[in-house]
Amino acid sequence: MIWAAFAVMTGAVVLGVLWPLSRARATSARAPDIAFYHSQVEEIERDLSLGLLTREDADAAKAEAGRRLLHNAGAPDVQGSSRMAVRAAAVFALVAIPALSLSLYSWLGNPDTPDLPLQARVEEREGNAELMSAIAKIEQHLAANPEDGRGWEIIGPVYMKLGRYEEAARAFGNAGRILGDTPDRLVAQGESLVYAAQERVTPEAAEIFEKALNLREGHPVAYFYLALAREQVGDKDGALEAYTNLARGTPPDAPWQSAVRARIVALGGRIEAIEAVQNAMPAEQQAMIRAMVDQLAGRLEHDGSDAEGWLRLIRSYSVLRETDLAKSALTKARAALAQNADGLKRVNALADELGLKG
Amino acid sequence: MIVEIGHYALVLALALAIVQGLAPLVGAIRHDGALMAMAQPAAVMQFLLIGMSFAALAYAYVTSDFSVVNVFENSHSLKPMIYKISGVWGNHEGSMLLWVLILALFGATVALFSRGMPDDLRALVLSVQSWIAAAFLLFVLLTSNPFARLNPAPLDGRDLNPLLQDPGLAIHPPLLYIGYVGLSITFSFAAAALISGRIDAAWARYIRPWTLGAWVFLTLGIAMGSYWAYYTLGWGGFWFWDPVENASLMPWLAATALLHSAAVMEKRDALKIWTIFLAILAFSLSLLGTFLVRSGVLTSVHSFATDPQRGVFILAILVFFIGGSLALFALRASALKPGGIFAPVSREGALVLNNLLLTTSCATVFIGTLYPLALEAVTGEKISVGAPFFNLTFGPLFIPIILAMPFGQMLAWKRGDLLGAAQRLVLACALGLAGMVVLYALRGGSVVPAILAGLAVYLTVGSFVEVYGRLRNAQNASSFFARAKGLPRSAWGTAIAHAGVGLTLFGLAATGWGVERIVSAKINEPVLVGPYEVVVTDIAPRDGSNYKDLVAHTQIREGGRVVAEMDPSRRSFTTRTMVRTEAGIVTLGLGQVYMNIADVRIDGAIDLRLYWKPYVALIWLGALVMSLGGLLSMSDRRLRIGIAKRAAARMQPAAAE
Repeated sequence: MIWAAFAVMTGAVVLGVLWPLSRARATSARAPDIAFYHSQVEEIERDLSLGLLTREDADAAKAEAGRRLLHNAGAPDVQGSSRMAVRAAAVFALVAIPALSLSLYSWLGNPDTPDLPLQARVEEREGNAELMSAIAKIEQHLAANPEDGRGWEIIGPVYMKLGRYEEAARAFGNAGRILGDTPDRLVAQGESLVYAAQERVTPEAAEIFEKALNLREGHPVAYFYLALAREQVGDKDGALEAYTNLARGTPPDAPWQSAVRARIVALGGRIEAIEAVQNAMPAEQQAMIRAMVDQLAGRLEHDGSDAEGWLRLIRSYSVLRETDLAKSALTKARAALAQNADGLKRVNALADELGLKG
Repeated sequence: MIVEIGHYALVLALALAIVQGLAPLVGAIRHDGALMAMAQPAAVMQFLLIGMSFAALAYAYVTSDFSVVNVFENSHSLKPMIYKISGVWGNHEGSMLLWVLILALFGATVALFSRGMPDDLRALVLSVQSWIAAAFLLFVLLTSNPFARLNPAPLDGRDLNPLLQDPGLAIHPPLLYIGYVGLSITFSFAAAALISGRIDAAWARYIRPWTLGAWVFLTLGIAMGSYWAYYTLGWGGFWFWDPVENASLMPWLAATALLHSAAVMEKRDALKIWTIFLAILAFSLSLLGTFLVRSGVLTSVHSFATDPQRGVFILAILVFFIGGSLALFALRASALKPGGIFAPVSREGALVLNNLLLTTSCATVFIGTLYPLALEAVTGEKISVGAPFFNLTFGPLFIPIILAMPFGQMLAWKRGDLLGAAQRLVLACALGLAGMVVLYALRGGSVVPAILAGLAVYLTVGSFVEVYGRLRNAQNASSFFARAKGLPRSAWGTAIAHAGVGLTLFGLAATGWGVERIVSAKINEPVLVGPYEVVVTDIAPRDGSNYKDLVAHTQIREGGRVVAEMDPSRRSFTTRTMVRTEAGIVTLGLGQVYMNIADVRIDGAIDLRLYWKPYVALIWLGALVMSLGGLLSMSDRRLRIGIAKRAAARMQPAAAE
């Protein structure tokens, strides 16, 4: 049915283009210029008769118009068409129009998707109407009791689902403000902000994710978005490193693995390296992790301003049961982060958590 | 099915545009009548197809079909119907569809109303126009397709943003677009002249209505946009020299120059090459404006760099058409016959001066707009070039234009009499000077507004001196009116449009006498602003559909008598925790009292921003008057030949205008 409509449209267009080809005609190109001259003269006569122009001025104007007519060479005369040219044009129109439009449409179009005006969606809307009235009730309740943190927490995910991301972010923010920040609330707020900004990690969102990471070291979702933030500001290497850490450091069947791996591939990283770690035998795994930790230590030796890196290094040594190395890394981190109060605080907190003294 | 038919119509329009771009071009080069004749039906069909497509999108908006991504993202089932409709072009994809629709509309108009035009000129114009259409159709289909679908379709749209539901935003973009796109036709005419190598006074006659039409719509669009900023942004500013505004001002300046140089070309067969160049320039600037607004380069050079698809595409279109036409210009301009030479003191000479000043002022705006962008792109440093730069560069360039405007009208073609013109302008000069002195004495303050206002008086009065000169020999009132009616409408158009500039200038000058008060007032405590007393008599909440208003009912009194009332408010959107202020604006005479509630304190005091803006309405009224002049001139379908006035001639009309 829809293809029939397309066929009719295409046919009409092709016919419309071909129609003038059937009527070859020859005209003198001088004709428009001469007609233009005549209308100029008529115009001058009319002005003269209205008294807008004196006789001398009118004559001068006519002379000028005549001079211009002679002066302008005019186009060469239009010839009748050669049959060759007409045929070529006809074939071109006949082939090019359908070929181009049908192929482009079959690439871009969705011929099988019907129109879906809201009125035709009665059943769906009834279900939706219930949801909407529930939302409206909660909204009313919240307008009257804006300090009800539970209410905000309930409506946040609903907004998220409906695609009302700014409102979702605000709801999660309110919930956090009233009930206290938790890593999950912060992450939900940050995620809504990212969606609201067309999947860009805004500085505001990044700050919230940092906060979530402070509350729970290694929160994978926060970690992912911070990596995405790095990628979006152009720090591809940093982003790749962070994605790789995330892919390696979390179970292979975690829900975010596919998204993380897609980013790694997009940035030109190699998935095999990750799988190698995940599939490796424990002994080999230890060796690989050792190698990675050494690499990290080397980098931090070089540039110690990365608080995130120090935290990871200390934690890694502790996991590998290298307490002495962990302690020395802690000392180095404190020295390197002397200027970074926030970083220092986090390092000290980690040291307490791991029971390191030094 | 309707949506997909609209989508297919758009694709078909692209295929047709390519055929329309090629066949008539070949026909014009080979002087083949049949191939050239293909252009007209193709142009009309192209318009019908894009019209179908636009109608299909509008249908999707009206029926809230959220299976269309564009509708889902930019509409909502609860929006008032008028904003559902304006939502069609209130977003990137839809506005680009409107762009191509207007482009095709202009093509179809040329195809239908060009009897008497040489066949090859018409074929070339429609062919070039079709190339532009093809480029933008490709852009729409590949990077900004408004017909992308969603499956499953969401149940409601995402946009209930109340800030965007405003009649100003619904009307302003189409007006500007008609202006921008109208310049495409003059561009196509210029390119056609370059390809055929033929350019004459008839050519200038053909482009006259297009240039004027585009100019009228640009004028209206810019004025509308500035009034919208004035009443929504809440502090009474109306022009910010921000890049989006400059993007519309630059084509306006170039179009103004173009319509004046085209007048010289039509009457005197001179300035041909320059006119062609201006036609190219004017459309290039409107393409540049489209690029600036649509590529996202303004929000941040970096966001453009990370998602460059659209920007790069428009940039490619820009380079192709500007570069291509300038290359053609370089190749062919020398082959065009230049027109006659003329004396510096003559109508032509004055128009050349106008052109030089307008293009220079256009260049200053260009530099002020693009330099910060270029700097940010190269060094990453963000600077902003604001009003001080433009006031110091643009201002001094515009003053000579204003001084020269009445003189230009006075001078005859070929050889003018500067002294004679000056004599006839004595009255205008005297009134202007008197205005300066009187206004300075009355208003005090800085001398700048008085000088500018005096200039405005001189210009407004001076605009009518020439028309008056033609009528003053009338013996009695009835012959006076008969003559006034018999005068060419283009003469009236010139006078009225120039006077419109004077009115706008007066409004701008008068901003210097404005009064601004930021005060905290209690209920029933009068606040003086300018000649008025403003009293908030009552403050009360009022419920709207999805917002709550805190309305300050306010009286404006003069000498104890209430002259007007207004209800400015603070509007808060409960679920969005968004607050915006609704300014109260009352027009008294030509001035306006503008009031904004900044805050309502717990102790009942209200923080107010109050402005008295004398004559401010003239800024926009002037623009309306300018457009009216443009329309009058456009309605004058007569042919024009400029002839020299004889030395012996009396104060008679100088030309058969």
